[in-house]
Amino acid sequence: MAEYPDDLKYTKEHEWARAESKSVVIGVTFYAQESLGDVVYVELPKVGSTVTAGTPFGAIESTKAVSELFAPISGKVVKVNDQLVNSPETVNQEPYQAGWLIEVEPSDPRQLDQLLDATAYQELIKQSN
Amino acid sequence: MARRTPLYGAHRKLGARMVDFAGWEMPVQYSSVVAEHQAVRTGAGLFDVSHMGEIEFVGPGALDSANRLISNDLARCSDGQAAYAGLLNDRGGFVDDVVAYRFSPERIFICVNASNREKDYRWMTERAQGVKPLNRSDDYAQLALQGPNAAKILQRMTATELSTLGTYRFTERKVAGIHCIISRTGYTGEDGFELYCSPDEAEKLWFALLEEGEGEGVTPAGLGARDSLRTEMKYALYGNDIDDDHTPLEAALSWIVKMEKGEFVGREALQRQKAEGVRRKLVGFEVAESGIPRHGYPILSRGQKVGEVTSGTMGPSVKKAIGMGYVPSQLAAEGSAFQVEIRNRPVLATVVKTPFWKRR
Repeated sequence: MAEYPDDLKYTKEHEWARAESKSVVIGVTFYAQESLGDVVYVELPKVGSTVTAGTPFGAIESTKAVSELFAPISGKVVKVNDQLVNSPETVNQEPYQAGWLIEVEPSDPRQLDQLLDATAYQELIKQSN
Repeated sequence: MARRTPLYGAHRKLGARMVDFAGWEMPVQYSSVVAEHQAVRTGAGLFDVSHMGEIEFVGPGALDSANRLISNDLARCSDGQAAYAGLLNDRGGFVDDVVAYRFSPERIFICVNASNREKDYRWMTERAQGVKPLNRSDDYAQLALQGPNAAKILQRMTATELSTLGTYRFTERKVAGIHCIISRTGYTGEDGFELYCSPDEAEKLWFALLEEGEGEGVTPAGLGARDSLRTEMKYALYGNDIDDDHTPLEAALSWIVKMEKGEFVGREALQRQKAEGVRRKLVGFEVAESGIPRHGYPILSRGQKVGEVTSGTMGPSVKKAIGMGYVPSQLAAEGSAFQVEIRNRPVLATVVKTPFWKRR
């Protein structure tokens, strides 16, 4: 698995978004989970609530610190990854697959175009290192 | 610029992630905090704690001089015995928490926190009557080998019979040919040893221990695991749980205060506090709902802020979100309930018996 898959969009706050037919799946990047260290708790919104692009929708806690999660896109939460309640370490193990966070029905799918692509995101990481 | 221990190169070789801790560039983790934590609970972990300081009192009257500066009683220790103690100010608050080693009445060796090395030395110099302290911090590296397999590993590397070395006892012997103070102490709640040696030989000792312990699962462990391990034991961390404004009586550490031993700095203030009653206490609590209590989060009772969380973590061994904090004494009993405000949401917390973790 590539560390930064080409079919995803990325935020400056290290979340990723994957467009599916009607919804967008959201998670945190390989870089995010690696900098956080062992993820021990994930706080996510409820199904049916709304999230707003660029604002916090939850929090992720590692053994060391708490970080806010920022929504890449606005919309209604249609699914939440309940597996993370008992197995938050999945975020470390499979950040792009089983470690996804929420699925959102976007209010404006064009917001995705404003996010970074894999190349731009990797450039961003390189600069912050 | 951040200071480095003699093991900096070793940490880099092992791929550690380095962080600033009290002005020191220290390893926070090598692989994973949780994995390193578990290694210490089930096998063995090796920590670099060379950033800690060492202050000695040497010569006739050394014991009396040191004993007047700390809350515990070195006169009641034997030679070769160490004691956990408070170095207190005149208000009874912690200048630092220390481990004092009695080599003999004429040599007392005190291990102090990295963040307080200079402060402690100045304080002791100012307040010592008779024998003055020597700052030996740059003369020692310190490695901590901790975990149920620690004794087995170390025994193969030294002629000292470790089965006769009890908890909080120490001796001076060679380990892997390197002269060490071998102390059966630690900050993890597991059996283990702290080894003081010359900085020049620290790296040799470090890799010798890792190599010897390979079969017993020894792993280098960083400050992240050190913090979760000590939190599960409710061991106080200076600057988090105790400081100049909190006394040992408030910190539930009255066992390190020996009032009857005679004069020591802070004694009068503690006597006063005892007579007036201790108003707040450091308790250990579990959080029932989801979320992890963190340093600085408010503690609420009936909608009012009554205290603050001083330490908190998701305990990898107890598998619960746990924390420590000061609460009014009437809320300090086991079973008492209050709220911890986690991200603007009050979450139920219950005082539990500590340590959170019991060695099996």
